Amino acid sequence: MPFRILKKKILAPNIKKIIVKAPLIARKAKAGQFVILRVDEHGERIPLTLVDWNEKEGTITLIFQEVGVSTLKLGLLEEGDEIHDILGPVGNPGEYVRDQTICVVAGGVGIGAAYPRTKQLKELGNYIVSIIGARSAELLILEEEMKKYSDEIYITTDDGSKGRKGFVTEVLKELLEKGRKFDQVLSIGPPIMMKVTCDVTKPFGVKTIVSLNSMMVCGMGMCGACRVTVGGETKFTCVHGPEFDGHLVDFNELMMRLRMYKEEEQIALEKFKKNILVKSHASG
Amino acid sequence: MPLDKERLKRVPMRELSVEERIKTFNEVPLGYTEEEAIKEASRCLQCVKPFCVGGCPVGINIPAFIKAISKGEFEEALKIIRKANIIPAITGRVCPQEDQCEGRCVMHKIGDPINIGALERFIGDWALKHKSELFKVPEIPKKNKQVAVIGSGPAGIAAAADLAKMGYDVTMFEALHEPGGVLMYGIPEFRLPKRIVRSELEYLRKLGVEIKTNVLIGRTITLDELLKEFDAIFIGTGAGLPRFLGVPGENLNGIYSANEFLIRINLMRAFEFPEKSDTPIKVFGTVAVIGGGNVAMDAARSALRMGAEEVKIIYRRTEKEMPARAEEIRRAKEEGIQFKLLTQPIEFIGENGYVKKIKCIKMKLGEPDESGRRRPIPIPGSEFEEKADIVVLAVGQRPNTTVTFGTNNLKLTKWGTIWVNPETLETSIKGVFAGGDIVTGAATVISAMGAGRKAAKSINAFLSKQ
Ligand SMILES: Cc1cc2nc3c(=O)[nH]c(=O)nc-3n(C[C@H](O)[C@H](O)[C@H](O)COP(=O)(O)OP(=O)(O)OC[C@H]3O[C@@H](n4cnc5c(N)ncnc54)[C@H](O)[C@@H]3O)c2cc1C
Ligand code: SF4
Repeated sequence: MPFRILKKKILAPNIKKIIVKAPLIARKAKAGQFVILRVDEHGERIPLTLVDWNEKEGTITLIFQEVGVSTLKLGLLEEGDEIHDILGPVGNPGEYVRDQTICVVAGGVGIGAAYPRTKQLKELGNYIVSIIGARSAELLILEEEMKKYSDEIYITTDDGSKGRKGFVTEVLKELLEKGRKFDQVLSIGPPIMMKVTCDVTKPFGVKTIVSLNSMMVCGMGMCGACRVTVGGETKFTCVHGPEFDGHLVDFNELMMRLRMYKEEEQIALEKFKKNILVKSHASG
Repeated sequence: MPLDKERLKRVPMRELSVEERIKTFNEVPLGYTEEEAIKEASRCLQCVKPFCVGGCPVGINIPAFIKAISKGEFEEALKIIRKANIIPAITGRVCPQEDQCEGRCVMHKIGDPINIGALERFIGDWALKHKSELFKVPEIPKKNKQVAVIGSGPAGIAAAADLAKMGYDVTMFEALHEPGGVLMYGIPEFRLPKRIVRSELEYLRKLGVEIKTNVLIGRTITLDELLKEFDAIFIGTGAGLPRFLGVPGENLNGIYSANEFLIRINLMRAFEFPEKSDTPIKVFGTVAVIGGGNVAMDAARSALRMGAEEVKIIYRRTEKEMPARAEEIRRAKEEGIQFKLLTQPIEFIGENGYVKKIKCIKMKLGEPDESGRRRPIPIPGSEFEEKADIVVLAVGQRPNTTVTFGTNNLKLTKWGTIWVNPETLETSIKGVFAGGDIVTGAATVISAMGAGRKAAKSINAFLSKQ
């Protein structure tokens, strides 16, 4: 069963969207779940959130930012190319809630992961207030899609090139301080953003759900690479998550674990870039 | 051969020297030559009441295959073994023979037991070398019934092979990207070369078994859905979930479960990083492996080969209670691995998020527990610290029950294993059978294989009645 790329689109510099043939996964996917993907026979196993899926067409949609060797390699694949392995859907679907007011706080490529949950929660009859942000206007993805499923939307950029200058969490704080009531906040993005979101909501006692992006190998509970401390207990992001009560998550530990292979990632990246240069010299 | 001094001693097996070993992942024992195998086989007394057979979980006719070897009739020996065991090249290498067949050999009383494992391996390897002729797939009349096998470890492989030979259409589902179960992702290359596992799987494909990787039953497809498409199902999903100690500091960087450590090396080939593998691993300085089983020995010896300066095994009982095979303990020691016994970690201490030290407590042995091994008891006030740059936790595995997601009727035991009828290996769902580590908890390759074959028989009986 080849996992063929049917469509590829560049959403922003270094952020790409691909639509891949994966009928078994498309059949079962639920908002909040993810896949484990291996680009080629030498590839590592990396988790990517399921952004969208189409059961009839048998396709799934993935969005990724090119940061390391695996995502750079994935970015080099073109329409018609195949991805070596995709396992999924894995992880627990996000919790279904109805008739609530929910604030979705999402940043960077995390908007891709927040989108399917936003859409689902809107369709379940919730009132959605979205706060999305990126470093700059050109890096802001899925703005139209998020607008479509939000009752209110706020946009921020770090440099002020679009929407309000500043961070998504500042907008959230202001809303809460002005007395806006949310039944829950769903925060998906860089760990530091999720951590600050939790710091902001805690004094207001607002339930805050985060979707963790731990490092993984197997994605099915066999290795424990993705372990994280939640409420003083060790949990596996892949089988117990990826969504957790943010006020219980040890974010410092999560961020520390995400840095574990920094040196190795650098070595691999340099080697990869050198090989690409060699190849382009040879062919050019 | 007379019962002279020479006959009491085993024909020694050649091994890689320690210096050669610790630099590569090459296999350590080199196997017998034809002459050596014939010589070792000739030591067998051909007992009328062979105790060895009673020690083999699958009841191989051991004296008969050994006799065939002694006459140089290797194909005949293969036929005898294959009646009970389809993967001799694998079991000959990884069976705990000292507790099984060899442990019961009468020669024990007067000298060395016959090296049954080595002879079995010899035949397995001989078969692989001559496979073009011997692995010819017989014409099998099709039964036109569909059987699903979940999990591709030894239990699944054995069930699938037998069912395919009976004429069933077999589809095997494996969650990982490569089939083979623990044989592939757990047991290291220097003990079980992966080319051997691959050729067994190739034989399975030749028998017509369709192997579907990247399918996690319970998530990608549920058991209930499979039941609609298949006439019977075998579950062999193993005991692949790691245990942790639950002590402070356990999630520091540099601390691995043995599963993660071995998966990174064996399945993801981290030893070829960054050239031919994108999966990194951290191994440097002092590596401490916690535990005393085969998994601990495998992790420790792998760490050495990955370039650790020093490797130590920390175990809470004494060497006598270690569940690891004697042979593996011996090899680990030869390779310079240190043993810190009667020692239990109580905390991991880090610096900048990376583990640096282990706080340990000394233990003494008390009364035997349910497992019959003497229970370790902490000695108050005996805390001390051990240096560790990398820690690997090999403190046991739990059953992998993802397969039960989305189905309500599959009965589990209080240990989380799948409940089966011990006679038929049928689960609480009609037509669904299970065997191997998912039923017994972490056990052995040969018992998993035996369970797979037993289930295949039951499945045949079940489907023949329909
Ligand atoms: C490091 C290590 C060393 C060992 N050394 C020895 C030794 O020297 N001698 C010995 O006899 N035994 C040894 N063992 C034990 C032995 O390997 C196991 O007892 C044996 O492999 C169990 O076989 P199995 O078929 O039941 O399961 P496994 O080999 O565990 O295979 C189960 C397979 O099922 C797959 N799976 C799980 N859930 C699902 C699902 N829901 N859907 C699809 N696929 C699924 C898994 O990915 C796995 O590939 C060792 C074990 C380890 C971990
Ligand atoms: S399968 Fe294992 S126990 Fe049985 S004879 Fe062979 S080595 Fe011995």
